[in-house]
Amino acid sequence: MSLENRVAEIIIDKLGVKPEQVTAEAQFDTDLGADSIDQYELIMGFEDAFGLRIDEDEATKLTTVGKVVDYLKEKGLD
Amino acid sequence: MNRLAVVTGAARGIGFSISQKLIDSGWSVAGCDVLEDDLKKKSEQLGDNFSAWVLDITDENAVNETAGRIEKELGPVFGLVNNAGITRDGLIMRMRKTDWDTVLNVNLTGAFLMCRAFSRGMLRQKAGSIVNISSVVAILGAAGQANYASTKAGLIGLTRALCREFAARNIRVNAITPGFIETEMTSELSDEVREDYAGRVPMKRMGLPGNVADAVHFLLDDVSAYITGVVLPVDGGLTT
Repeated sequence: MSLENRVAEIIIDKLGVKPEQVTAEAQFDTDLGADSIDQYELIMGFEDAFGLRIDEDEATKLTTVGKVVDYLKEKGLD
Repeated sequence: MNRLAVVTGAARGIGFSISQKLIDSGWSVAGCDVLEDDLKKKSEQLGDNFSAWVLDITDENAVNETAGRIEKELGPVFGLVNNAGITRDGLIMRMRKTDWDTVLNVNLTGAFLMCRAFSRGMLRQKAGSIVNISSVVAILGAAGQANYASTKAGLIGLTRALCREFAARNIRVNAITPGFIETEMTSELSDEVREDYAGRVPMKRMGLPGNVADAVHFLLDDVSAYITGVVLPVDGGLTT
């Protein structure tokens, strides 16, 4: 499964959104309805799934689906 | 397998009584305290379901490291009891800033650090119960305890804020406000002062650490599954 699909799967599972809503530009808060604790749990979900630790400063910048994918690619995941 | 609770200030007084009550009720307890000798002695009394963790809860790194070790060695933490507290009494005119800072660091910042360290695990398991031991002085005030009363009122604010952060994740956060409880701290008072205290309580007697421990057990247990954000007085009617 591609990185994009794995990320999307986590988001769909955690937020209960429809697959078509999970576009690269989708904002977690305004487009996907995630409150701050949902977003924290998403970060935790990415950490668990991809076996890395995302520090708080980085985490607050990951506001869209695309930014998460880019961040994970930068960390050498694919 | 027994459910695991972390109790701070477990070596003495109310914290020891809480640990004992939880163990008697089938829990495992990771007891934290900065008083190493006391903790070791009490550990022998409490048996195999009690593990002793020497910890200064004002030390951010030590708290995070100890939390990680407890979860790794003992498994998921379901309960957290922020009980550790100290006093440095004095009228405000004579209260040194170090007395203020020290009491704030232990009683309030320590509780914050513990909540932060264990909340990640509780979020992951979508289950947990945190009990913060406040005091009636948070409500009534007490001359000579500007620092202590402020921290105990602060714990009520912490409780209510965390209640709202975690309620939808099945993590409950409550506070208890003990009144006059007989402990090592109050045993140093003269009989006259103790009688005066007891006389002010509607029930006309001081409480026992076990009374607080019973309330903590209630709030950790599933029998209180729909109770969160509550400040529960255990004070013989003192604040009514």
